[in-house]
Parts: sequence; C-alpha cells; structure tokens
Amino acid sequence: MSAVTLTDIVKRFGSFTAVHRMSLEIPEGSFVTLLGPSGCGKTTTLRMVAGLLDPTEGDISIKGRRVNDLPIHKRNLGLVFQNYALFPHKTVADNIAFGLKYRGVPRDEAAKRVADALELVQLPHVAERYPKQLSGGQQQRIALARAIVIEPDVLLLDEPLSALDANLREDMRVELKRIQHRIGVTTLFVTHDQSEALAMSDRIVVMSAGRVEQTGPPEEVYNTPASEFVARFLGASNIIDARAGGGSGDGIALDADGFGRVVVPLARAPQLSASGPARLVIRAEKLSVRAAGTTAGDGAIGVPARIEAVDYQGQAARYFLRLGDLQLQAINMIDEHPFNEGDEVSVHLRPRDCTALPGAPA
Amino acid sequence: MTVEAREARQPWILLTPAVSAVLLLLFVPLAFIAVYSFWLRTATGADQVGFYLDNWREALGDAFYRDILLNTLKIAAITTVFCALMGYPAAYFIARSRGNKAILLLLLMLPFWISYIIRTMSWINILGVSGAVNSALMALGVITEPIQMLYNEATVILGLIHFLLPFMVLNVYVSLEGIDETLEDAACSLGATRWQTFLEVTLPLSLPGLAAGGLLCFVLAAGTYITPLVLGGPTDAMFANLVFEAIITQLNWPLGSALSLMLLAVLGALVLLYNRYLGMAQLMKGLG
Repeated sequence: MSAVTLTDIVKRFGSFTAVHRMSLEIPEGSFVTLLGPSGCGKTTTLRMVAGLLDPTEGDISIKGRRVNDLPIHKRNLGLVFQNYALFPHKTVADNIAFGLKYRGVPRDEAAKRVADALELVQLPHVAERYPKQLSGGQQQRIALARAIVIEPDVLLLDEPLSALDANLREDMRVELKRIQHRIGVTTLFVTHDQSEALAMSDRIVVMSAGRVEQTGPPEEVYNTPASEFVARFLGASNIIDARAGGGSGDGIALDADGFGRVVVPLARAPQLSASGPARLVIRAEKLSVRAAGTTAGDGAIGVPARIEAVDYQGQAARYFLRLGDLQLQAINMIDEHPFNEGDEVSVHLRPRDCTALPGAPA
Repeated sequence: MTVEAREARQPWILLTPAVSAVLLLLFVPLAFIAVYSFWLRTATGADQVGFYLDNWREALGDAFYRDILLNTLKIAAITTVFCALMGYPAAYFIARSRGNKAILLLLLMLPFWISYIIRTMSWINILGVSGAVNSALMALGVITEPIQMLYNEATVILGLIHFLLPFMVLNVYVSLEGIDETLEDAACSLGATRWQTFLEVTLPLSLPGLAAGGLLCFVLAAGTYITPLVLGGPTDAMFANLVFEAIITQLNWPLGSALSLMLLAVLGALVLLYNRYLGMAQLMKGLG
C-alpha cells in the first residue's frame, strides 16, 4: 500500500494554476524527491500533503485514508522547513517534546523519547539550550528530531538544506539519509538542487511549471531524461539537432549535426519514432576531450573541435567547445594539465551514452 | 586625523542637533521645575526664592493628592487592560491579512490627523443630552427623557481608550509581524490546534509588543488632563488636572512643580521597571 497517494491534484490560485492534474504514489518507507526550479509547484504540492493548502481538485490519501478534509494537526506528519522554524522561546528539549505533549505522551516517556531523538541526530548535549545558541546545522538537526520524535506517517522536508553552507549541506545530506534509512519513515523531500535529489532519493519526480516531467529512480532520470527540460535541469547536457533515419539493428540511427551518423540504443530512445526530427542528448561529463588526432576507440565517434573557454574546477575542467556551428560543453577529469583556450582538440562521443528525444515539430 | 578618530567622531556630529534640543528643551526646563518646587508662594502671590520643603510636605502628606494619584493609576490600568483586550485582535487581524495591510494601517493612523481635543469632544455629540444616542433612542420611543451618560469615570476611560487604542494596536502589530508564520505551521503539524498554537507560540512571542503597548498606554493615560477635563465630572479629576489647576488657575508654580515631579517620579519608576525586565528596544520598534 502506498503511504501517500495523490490523485489528479489541481491547485489554482485565482487564475494561476500552480499544479496541473498531478498524480503520484509514494511507497511505504521510500524517499521521494520533488525536484524542480522555483515556481514549479513542488512546494505547493508538499504544502497540500501537509494540509497547509487545500487542493482545488483531486484527492490526497495518507495510508489509504482520504485526508482532504482532515486538518493539519490531525494528519500526523513531520514537517521540516528551510528556516528550521524552531520555537525561539522554548529550549531544545521543549521544542522536541512539543508534538509529544499534544499526543498525551506521559512526561517521563516523553523525556526518554526526546533524549533518544537527540541521540539520533547526534546532539545529546544541547537539550537545555535555546535555538539561538545553536548553529544553523544544529538547528536543522533539532528541527528534524522534533519532526521524527512523533513517529509521523510521513516526513515532509521543504528544502531543509538550502539555508546551510555548501560543506555543511553535504554532511547533512548524508546524515539525513542515514536517519531516514534507520527509522524507515516515508519521506517526501522538496528541493531545487539536483545533486541533493540524486544523492538521497529512491525516486525523483522532476517538475516544471506545475507538471510532472519525469518520475523514476535517480539513475534513470539522470541517464535517460524524458524531456529536454529534464536533460537541461539535471546536470549540464548538450542537446544537438538531429534527424532519425530508421531503425538499425538494436538501435535507431540518427544523423546529428556535427557528429553525423549516431546509432542510439533503443532503450535510450523510447519516445522516438523511426524517422523525423529528433534531438540527441549527451551529458557534458560523457563528452570526452582528447588531444587532436587521437583515434576514437570503444565505438566512439571522434570529431575535431576548438576550445573556446576553460572553466578550471580543480580535479575537473569544464570546456566550452566550438564544433562548426555547434557550441558544446564537456566536463572532464584533468590528466596532468587541462587543455588551454584556443587548443585544437578531438571530441569523442559514445553512442551508448546518448539519449534521443523527439525533436520539436518544425 | 586617523580613520578611527574620524569614525569615532561621526556619530557625535550626527547626534548633536538632537542632543542639544533634548538638553535645552527638556532637561533644562526640568531642572527649573525642580528648583521651583522648593520655592514658596506667599500670600501676596509673589514667589519666595529659597529652599522650602512646604510644597513637598503638602504634595506627599495630603491624603487628597495621594487618593487622586491612586485613582489616576487605577484609571490608567483599566484603560490599558481594555486597550490590550480590544487592540490585540485588531493587530492580529491586520498582521495576518493579505494584501491590504497598507490601507488598514493607514486607517489606523487616520485619527492622528485630527486634533486629540476634537476627537475627545466628539463624544459630547455622541453621548451628550442632545447627542446621537439620546436622539436616536427618543426617536425610537425607547426613552422619553434623555439619559445622562457623560461626565463620569466611565466616559473618561472611554475617551482614553479612543485616544490610546492605536498605540496598542501598532505595538502589538509590529511584534506579530516579527513572528515567522512557519512557526505556527510547525506547531499545527505537531498536533496543536489553531487555538493551542496561538496560546503556545504566537501569544508568548508577541508579549514584548503587548508590554510595550501597555506601557505607552499606561503612561499616556496617567499623564493626561484633557480627557477628564472634557469628559469627566467634577469628581473625576486625574493627577495631571491637579498640576494644571495649581499652575494655570492658582498660579502656584512651586506647588504645581512639586506635583508634576511626583507624577514624573511614579511614571519614571514604572518605565525603569519595564526597561529592567523587557528593554527599551521593543518600545522603539513599536514607535518606529
């Protein structure tokens, strides 16, 4: 049974439609991420599950029970906000015990559960402090402890890491995933950060302009984007105009600008018909830049190109390449020295790394 | 001059006009009043310069002054409580309304554009013998003779509430505005009802604003003389009326000085107490 089911959810604010007929199933115990740019409807969706907003149309069920008309305080959800939302006038222990108090948990049992929750988030010594006395990362751990101590049916995380520094964010990401795994709570996570989504999720729901663009495990969403939007939003992708020219054994042959004939495996071109305009999608990390004249092995197609700009990133470099009319991006690990601006190089593309999408109708 | 010296000097340059004004127009006159309170008014009406404690003995020793001071504090306290009870819901409504906050705040400020005296006197047209309420009741046949509703303690309190309510609303509004609304969402998600959330989260976090508004209302109410003068009866004089009486009517400046310093001391002690426990910062927030 799904822990959360959304059926044909529509949310309108006046004449603006924030969520268009969205359906979603969140399996028990899984970690599902709503990923998208700001304004895509992901937070609106989370707030509807939480009961902070009412859907205009459609049904929301939690553990098989329709909750549309159930007020937020009866839904038994754990909510974690971007700004932590800890009660500034209560100690850490009182913050965590807040939900237990309204569940009628006896005082001594509550004290024990608060201590356990603090142990779980690895902050056992801060019980008597006030939120102001803690760092941002610590406050977010306390907010998490407060949300999970009530043993919620679903944990809702609204951009919980966005207010943290970059390094801390990565630590918290691991920490959050560890805790979620340990207690096995069904989790709905909202973020605009693709690396968070890829690192933490069992399933990713990519949203754009109030619609679901693609749903699937991180690898699937990353490797076989179902739309140009997904390709562009998750990581840096090159999207090249092409024409499909019929099947060829276990793939579809494309005639792509700059690279010529590329045979994309069928599994990576599920939406493509045998002929017509198409788009060839190749991740910047999968496009390799080699010294000019290097022979392309491993079924790769090599074409000459020139480096227009280099963005040095330490262990890797991002190259901006000119290939006739095409401008491409490649992110490669650096072997001794990065290439320099103006270098003539050879760009290698392996067809099995490519994804093919139907082209925009001309 | 070094950069540090220049930076250290800058605040003082900017503060000079304000500090001089406060010094010349507040502290110097206050010092005059303090000196005056030890002079003596002779039977001929001339002031006898010297160091006499007669005024202070009369102000502190006479039960008449003490009773009126206590009554003044009582009226101020009742006014403050009513302002809090009526002002809080209004402030909450404005703070939580979407979009039209600016208009609501403007409406709140509107009364300040009309003279306080005119506003106070408007009650005569409403509650007076030939006022709106009496005329309406007589026209409806509910009463045959006009009811005497004015010139008692209740109308004084009514007038004070009318005058002071905006101060309370503004202060509470500012503190409610400062409360993060996600705190309320968080409390509800943890199982508290809207009402429990209000009691556990919103109210405690807005107490500084309530206290600041309360202090302002209390101090302004305790120091007023126009409201009891216009809306009170002969026995409803408040302490500031005694000061007014002594200085303007009897021309007894030394006694008036002692009385006004007495009121200043009581209200000053209250402000110090407030500052000790809550700090002036909140009050400034409310006024700004």
